[in-house]
Amino acid sequence: MHSRDGVDGGRRQALKTGSGLGLLGLFAMLGLLPAAALAGVDRKAFEAKALNEALDALGGLIAEESTLITLTAPDVAENGALVPVTVESALADVEQISILADRNPTMLVAHYSVFKGTDSYLSTRIRMAETSNVIVLVKAGGRFFRASKQVKVTAGGC
Amino acid sequence: MSTPSKIRASLKDAGYVEVRMLMYHDMENGRRKDEAGNLVPAWHIAEFSVQHQGRTVLEGQFGTSVSKNPYLVFRFRGGNKGDKLSLSWQDNRGDSRVDDAAID
Repeated sequence: MHSRDGVDGGRRQALKTGSGLGLLGLFAMLGLLPAAALAGVDRKAFEAKALNEALDALGGLIAEESTLITLTAPDVAENGALVPVTVESALADVEQISILADRNPTMLVAHYSVFKGTDSYLSTRIRMAETSNVIVLVKAGGRFFRASKQVKVTAGGC
Repeated sequence: MSTPSKIRASLKDAGYVEVRMLMYHDMENGRRKDEAGNLVPAWHIAEFSVQHQGRTVLEGQFGTSVSKNPYLVFRFRGGNKGDKLSLSWQDNRGDSRVDDAAID
């Protein structure tokens, strides 16, 4: 149900080289193991400097605008370092929720994996560099949906 | 070394558990300069996970645009008063911590 490509990819790679333990030991030494074990989306997605690049990395380049996603953010944010954002969705079978800001130095802010029994409700605080759109990408039932809202930023916080 | 996360989890009449979490972390975005004009390297929480009685209820990954001391509210079903919640995070330098709380 949840994408574990990073983990599986890593495992396959480890098996292929026939030195799984050696690799895992190396990862553990470098302190990388827990990150690999929890991977939801490839970390490269967080380096994307263009919106389409980030959406593509999330698998959601083609996403349907949905009124079943409620995105709450201020019209005007005086402090770009602390912009409250709340996402709520009435879509069925939500698997992932991603928050992006389309004029930040990197587009992807946060990516969440939602498990069975967890509501599609998240409230957090993000940094915004300048006036731009907050975009929420929701993966539900294997399909992607999105919603966005413009936030005017008086003092950039990136 | 790191500061314990704050976790408040309460069972609501509507039947869900609302979890409020504050993870203490500087969340350096890698673009800030210190007094000497040197860039402060990026240092941020990269991953977190919340377990309810050993079962994962939420996982997330952060980039550099999450505010300092990340704050998050979420809701899940199936929790009872007294159940154990565990929040773990790990940053991009490999530092990590785990904090527990009980649902009230």
